[in-house]
Amino acid sequence: MSSAIDPRATSAMLYLDGVHVTFDGFHAINNLSLTIAPGEMRAIIGPNGAGKTTMMDIITGKTKPDEGDVLFDGITDLTRLDETQIAELGIGRKFQKPTVFESQTVEDNLLLALNADHRVRSTLFWQRSKADDAAIDCVLDTIRLDNARRQLAGSLSHGQKQWLEIGMLLAQDPKLLLVDEPVAGMTDIETHQTAELLKEINRDKTVVVVEHDMTFVRELGVKVTCLHEGSVLAEGSIDQVSANDRVIEVYLGR
Amino acid sequence: MTWKAAANAAFRFFRRGIAVPFNSTIRRCIARLLKQASAIAALAIVACTTIHAQATSFDDAVALFAARSFADSEQAVGQLQISGNPQAYSIISALRDGRLYADDDTKKVFIKAADGKITDAATGQPVATMPDVAGVVRLNNRLRRTVEAALGNLTLLSPDVTTRLQAAQSVFKNHDSAALPLVDAALKTETNETVKRALAVARAAIVLFKSDASEAEKLDAVAAVKARGDQEALALLSSLPGDLSPAVARGATSAMASIKSNLALWSTVQDAWYGISLGSVLLLAAIGLAITFGVMGVINMAHGEMVMLGAYTTFVVQDAIRTYQPAMFNYSLLIAVPLAFLVAGIIGVLVERTIIRFLYGRPLETLLATWGLSLVLQQAVRTIFGPNNREVGNPSWMSGAFELGQITITYNRLWILCFSLAAFTILLAMLRYTRLGLEMRAVTQNRRMAASMGIATSRVDALTFGLGSGIAGIAGVALSQIDNVSPNLGQSYIIDSFMVVVFGGVGNLWGTLVGAFTLGIANKFLEPVAGAVLGKIAILVLIILFIQKRPRGLFALKGRAVDA
Amino acid sequence: MRHTLTRSLDRSATTFLLIVAGAGILLPLSNLLLPASSPLHVPTYVMTLFGKYVCYAVLALSIDLIWGYCGILSLGHGAFFALGGYAMGMYLMRQIGPRGVYADPVLPDFMVFLNWKTLPWYWYGFDMFWFAILMVVLVPSLLAFCFGWLAFRSRVTGVYFSIITQAMTYALLLAFFRNDFGFGGNNGLTDFKDLLGFNVQASGTRAALFATSCLLLALSFLMCRAVVRSKLGKILIAIRDAESRTRFLGYRVESYKLFVFTLSACIAGLAGALYVPQVGIINPSEFAPGNSIEAVIWVAVGGRGTLVGAALGAVVVNYAKTLFTSGALAPYWLFMLGALFILVTLLLPKGLVGTWYAWREGRQRAALSLDADSAAFEDSGVKPHMAE
Repeated sequence: MSSAIDPRATSAMLYLDGVHVTFDGFHAINNLSLTIAPGEMRAIIGPNGAGKTTMMDIITGKTKPDEGDVLFDGITDLTRLDETQIAELGIGRKFQKPTVFESQTVEDNLLLALNADHRVRSTLFWQRSKADDAAIDCVLDTIRLDNARRQLAGSLSHGQKQWLEIGMLLAQDPKLLLVDEPVAGMTDIETHQTAELLKEINRDKTVVVVEHDMTFVRELGVKVTCLHEGSVLAEGSIDQVSANDRVIEVYLGR
Repeated sequence: MTWKAAANAAFRFFRRGIAVPFNSTIRRCIARLLKQASAIAALAIVACTTIHAQATSFDDAVALFAARSFADSEQAVGQLQISGNPQAYSIISALRDGRLYADDDTKKVFIKAADGKITDAATGQPVATMPDVAGVVRLNNRLRRTVEAALGNLTLLSPDVTTRLQAAQSVFKNHDSAALPLVDAALKTETNETVKRALAVARAAIVLFKSDASEAEKLDAVAAVKARGDQEALALLSSLPGDLSPAVARGATSAMASIKSNLALWSTVQDAWYGISLGSVLLLAAIGLAITFGVMGVINMAHGEMVMLGAYTTFVVQDAIRTYQPAMFNYSLLIAVPLAFLVAGIIGVLVERTIIRFLYGRPLETLLATWGLSLVLQQAVRTIFGPNNREVGNPSWMSGAFELGQITITYNRLWILCFSLAAFTILLAMLRYTRLGLEMRAVTQNRRMAASMGIATSRVDALTFGLGSGIAGIAGVALSQIDNVSPNLGQSYIIDSFMVVVFGGVGNLWGTLVGAFTLGIANKFLEPVAGAVLGKIAILVLIILFIQKRPRGLFALKGRAVDA
Repeated sequence: MRHTLTRSLDRSATTFLLIVAGAGILLPLSNLLLPASSPLHVPTYVMTLFGKYVCYAVLALSIDLIWGYCGILSLGHGAFFALGGYAMGMYLMRQIGPRGVYADPVLPDFMVFLNWKTLPWYWYGFDMFWFAILMVVLVPSLLAFCFGWLAFRSRVTGVYFSIITQAMTYALLLAFFRNDFGFGGNNGLTDFKDLLGFNVQASGTRAALFATSCLLLALSFLMCRAVVRSKLGKILIAIRDAESRTRFLGYRVESYKLFVFTLSACIAGLAGALYVPQVGIINPSEFAPGNSIEAVIWVAVGGRGTLVGAALGAVVVNYAKTLFTSGALAPYWLFMLGALFILVTLLLPKGLVGTWYAWREGRQRAALSLDADSAAFEDSGVKPHMAE
């Protein structure tokens, strides 16, 4: 495949080309092509079943595409790697349903997420260091959960869990963040705060946000890609996309 | 009936002695052997009482030879001829050949074989040496004619078809050239096709061993033996003398090769049939599990006990019929099937409502709770019916066997195959064409979506569990026909059933079908190579390796819903 | 608050260790030093019985380590226990020497009986104690490693894993029943004479075995505790609660599972090795799938995810079993055991110790929130140790 690399591929942070995925005859992803530049923030919208989560699954190695190229950082073929290797490369993911380690404290959740040596032996003999504490404090500050650091993650409110998960992404210190529905179940104020948080994160990291909430997407003010039936329907600013006839048709139906 | 009690006692002792409560294959084999052995013992005992008198007269007749008078010998030949004793032929032919010796003092009679081996004429047992005083029993011409006639009558010209057939077989085996004229005579008069064929092959065997037969005759004979094509034909050909003409030797070699490949083919067919039969049993045991596991994701470790309950229902039905309506016995299974379905199904629904309902989403706890349930059910049955095997009989239409080429097919196995395929088909049709089936499939694919579509998922769960258990119950009816009905019955199937479901893949009945027959056939083909136990171990190991390649089985559902 | 929690957990761990140490020292001393007439004298059979329970407790610890902390339900731990037991049994068989019924200096009786002329290669070395102990550790670990490597690599999880571990122990059961496998077939290994030169029947040896079992329990407890309290322990819990999250954080989940599964098998093997000289026999029925599941229920009764609970559960359930099966209630034992499985999973999912911890924690929280008026914590839906 090295011979046929698209020239765009080399400069992109994330590059998907001609990706197909079929589940028992159902085309979840159908000739999907997408390019995310380094440092970019991209919002992905689309109706239910458009393939947004499956796309995330492909990028993070959970689902293997039947065909197509998925390149990270211009050189790494993600289709050959598993979830762990992809995470180690620097791709972090927040799930649609907030997934934190509920029976452990907020602090421990972040500790587990810290970008450290992940081998069995080093975790068995691991000792807490000042640098770790500082990193955790910093993240706790960012996600405003400093007061809850010793609480069990399971006892947090829904919005707090969403933030904790974003905090875990930050602790992971990835190059690319994939954020699936970060504001689902949040109040307006929390939604606003989350938008601010993501913008802050975007200063030094590439971010892909999947979201339904149009107010939130508008507030982000970034390029929007609309997916439908597993491929790109429209791309551009939020105003362009929401004015697109086909997008309206897909969302409103006929 | 004492022999039966003794056999049962021996069976119990043997079972305890080897203590293999989990090895159903061995247990089933032993059970079958013992069943047969006890049947033979019964026959023998019945036969002994009537045959006893004849046995003495046979001994007396043999002793007559010791008198060494032609008249006594003639009388002896006459009596032997009608005795029906298997030794008669060898004694009279030894007399004809001057190989029969008798001891006046002990009245013992001996046969000296052509190679010098000595046997006691009356018993057929080998004897180390013969007393020096023993002398040859002499013949005169008159006696010689009697002897020839007796040999003929004795064997090939008997009015009884079975006797004639056996005689022809024995000629085939000992291929004594002296019998040739008799065989020819018999061939002329024989009317029964089977006996005729046997005689022709017997003749061929004689010709092959006859040194003065022509090459053409011998080639024909080779062809005739080849046509017979069984293990004995092969044995005969491989024991041919070395002084054959090249053409005959070539013919014999090629005939042997062809018989061998033919036999190999039949043994493959035999293994395949055993495999299919085992597969049908596995299918029956696993199909209910596939439903509960596939639709509800519930691991029911008490599934085997539902099978066991079905088997005990059969026992109760038969017991009632024996007591009140013995004439109905042949219909006992037809009555037992719906009853077993109801009994196991109702218990299944109760279990779902009282235990499993509270454990959804906690599969490992469900596993433990249902294991506990299995212990309770086993112990309950043990308390009510006792720990021993209960007798469940085969109705007449399920006993016996028939031959197909070189293999034997028993009716009960055949019926179980039909029964399991029927159960599978009905279940498949039910899933496809009924409302409950539709709802069950909907719940399998997406529980939450089904619930929001207005399907009462909890009702579907209860009915599904009841259905799965009910099917296990009717499996129990079938298995009661080939296995021992004991409280441990279910235990011996549970691991196999799980292997079938895991191998076939969850959520797809076709997977269960393919899984059951694949495992059944693989097991039976491995058995001759590796032995029953090692074969089974090999299958388990292969499944573990198979799961490496396809962690969710042969026919797995794919997609996002699976991991949710 | 975390501090108080930690301290209270430490307290129960210390209490546990003190009880184990006390039993390990006092029971043997009372057995050996006090006259049989003394009311404080512990008869040898009672000590041996408790020695058996202690071995079961170690087995329970090993199951809790993987099930309670990593969410892996193995239904094949009885197999690791039995393999350790067989390795020890082989050593004990070789120690019999010419004192067997057939007086063969090398071959164990059952081999002479089977008309074997030479010792199979896999029996070599078992005349040396160090080698036997090495095998006690190595054989179960190696089996667990290979099995786990295959299973975890292909992400066989949940009930699938449970079922194939059950198939594994079932396959071993069938194999060990075979005479030509060379492990004594259905009779197994028995009629042991000495261990390291001491008569295994002697009270002194029994006392020493009991003390060793207690020592093993204490050491396994400390080791498991060190594991679950390390960062690795947190990762295990993370895997238990949200496996794919852990994977997306960059942890190689299968390596962690493999490590803890192998460690657990090794502990189970050691437990089996100490069990065999105390009960005097090892036979294939130890591989029966039912045994492994029963061991899981000990952990469930005591409280999974609490090491003390696992050990306690093993002793309590087995003590109950001894009480029931020896008396007039014997026919009802299986009802009891079955009911225990059902009731514990339905009504007491945290087990005895887990429920107690939760109750105490709740009280502490209540006290805390009374103290601090401005309680910043939201207490609703607190999930203690063993959340699903």
